[in-house]
Amino acid sequence: MCRRSEGSVNLARIPTEFRISNPVLFESERSGDGLTLRLRGGWCIDNLREIESSLAQLNEQGRHVRLDFSGIETLDLSGAWLLRNWLERAKHAGVRFEVVGERPAHFAFLDELLEQKAAKPGEPQPAATSLRDAVVWIGRGAVQQGVQTRDAIGFFGRIAATMVRSMRSAHHLRLPSVVRHIYETGIQAIPIVSLIAFLISVIVAYLGAQQLQTFGAEIFTVDLVAISVLREMGVLLTSIIVAGRSGSAFAAEIGVMRLNDEVDALQSMGVDFYEVLVVPRLIGLVVALPLLTIIADAMGLAGGALLSSLLLDIQLSQFIPRVQDALAPTTFWAGLIKAPVFAMLIALVGTYRGMQVRDSSRELGRLTTLAVVQSIFLVIFADAIFAVVFVELDF
Amino acid sequence: MSARQPTPIISVRNLVNRFGKQVVHDGVNLDVMPGEVLGIVGGSGTGKSVLLRTMLGLQRPASGQILIEDRDITRMSDAELLSVKRRYGVTFQHGALFSSLTVAENIQLPIREYFDASPQALESLTELRLRMVGLPVDAGGKLPSQLSGGMVKRAALARALALDPALLFLDEPTAGLDPISAAGFDELVTYLHRGLKLTIVMITHDLDTLLATCSRVAVLVDRKIVVDTLDGIMKNPHPWIQEYFHGPRARAAQAAV
Repeated sequence: MCRRSEGSVNLARIPTEFRISNPVLFESERSGDGLTLRLRGGWCIDNLREIESSLAQLNEQGRHVRLDFSGIETLDLSGAWLLRNWLERAKHAGVRFEVVGERPAHFAFLDELLEQKAAKPGEPQPAATSLRDAVVWIGRGAVQQGVQTRDAIGFFGRIAATMVRSMRSAHHLRLPSVVRHIYETGIQAIPIVSLIAFLISVIVAYLGAQQLQTFGAEIFTVDLVAISVLREMGVLLTSIIVAGRSGSAFAAEIGVMRLNDEVDALQSMGVDFYEVLVVPRLIGLVVALPLLTIIADAMGLAGGALLSSLLLDIQLSQFIPRVQDALAPTTFWAGLIKAPVFAMLIALVGTYRGMQVRDSSRELGRLTTLAVVQSIFLVIFADAIFAVVFVELDF
Repeated sequence: MSARQPTPIISVRNLVNRFGKQVVHDGVNLDVMPGEVLGIVGGSGTGKSVLLRTMLGLQRPASGQILIEDRDITRMSDAELLSVKRRYGVTFQHGALFSSLTVAENIQLPIREYFDASPQALESLTELRLRMVGLPVDAGGKLPSQLSGGMVKRAALARALALDPALLFLDEPTAGLDPISAAGFDELVTYLHRGLKLTIVMITHDLDTLLATCSRVAVLVDRKIVVDTLDGIMKNPHPWIQEYFHGPRARAAQAAV
């Protein structure tokens, strides 16, 4: 800002003190045993770098220095502070100063400031060895892990207890809130879930058809699409989308409420925030996700049917009986039964992470991200367990 | 620029602000002289914050001019506006400290943004700002959430002072503080004003602050502004001003002074 500014009409109107750009901030002159330092130019924060380098150069000067401040064009508090600190240090090192002319007014302000609040010596840091650090780090991590696990168990326990109470009476169920969450997590997600289910099944059908055609078995494309969509793809993709959409929303909404002390406000009114904030989201998602899964299944089959008729010449009248033949009675349910479980995982992780938000907006971002990542991981992990169990049960 | 008459550091001319059909300011004129402390008061919804935001260049008015050091910020390019913004410091009502940075990092942020400074210089300048606002130096390592309300206001002021501004805007500096902290803050503002010859514009509801610190008062009434010295404004016959300065709370504050 202090740079030279030729040619700029607008900058020319900036008051002069604002434009001083003099990288040379001092002149020194040796006379006999002493040294005269004439400070000049702009000792202001705009020239911070120059001030630093000038002071660094001045370090190698003589033992007796005459200081002349009169050449300084602008001095602001930052400049004065750095200069004063340097003077103090030099005095300690045994340099004698003699001030010629007037001492800048800012120095008086700084003197007063320093007098008022005598400098507290900084607390000495305990000398830490790397071994000690490592032990401390591990210990702290272990304790934090323990506390977090306890908190998580407490959280889920509270929710279970609140759920039981909610189920007993209509007042505790907070029906309007549940409906809102069904709308937000379910109805509003229909377009994106439909689109993705449709596209994924088109991709599966397309790639499958190409492979199967080499064996002349393209009719099995229908089986491939029907089974993969109904058993796995429909519910898994829907859950992942919902985890990204609603899991993050849960964490962020509750997190912001925590930052604004809204959660404390609820508690102070004697309103159970589990009942108001957590359980409606949980119930809403448990209702919405299976319904979304059904829509995703339907759209997936539609995508398969469309591709079959376009690419494989399998018309709808052929497609539907083929699907019926391919599916065991349990296939549809094997997919759908997973949806409420995934919904619970997503809702619990999202709300739990939201509740953990404390103090800062960075925490909010971190925990929202964590909520999404963990819920997607848990959904896929649970899906793997389901797969093994279903195979063992021959479901 | 006339030689004798001091030029106002801020000059608001015929400012009009409206949101949709609602007119907030209708021809507001205000001059802030260098080195004065001007208090802006007004009832809720009279557009104090809008006026402040307009003066800061955060919001373009419907019409009118805002001259800061003789340059109209309403017709400026963003680059020019930046060079003006660099000249003033602002504290916001709730501190607006960046919650993920420590106090020291908050103070260093504008300095780092504008200048290429060594870590030693940054540390030294941070120490100065903390001392200036009366915070202990070890407060620099704390996060805003670890500070008390009064300390947050002081830390915000330290950040506002980071670039050695000549002009300081304070939005409700003592709101939400206990009377002792508020009085301490008033003292601090007066001290800095006296020591650094700062020009200070503050929005405040706090009559004690107004009486303790301000040399002139601007009152927003009926979409216009009335500016006068403290004594002058108290004699103003406008009913709202009378109510404000002579209501039961005002009498108590004045009795205390």
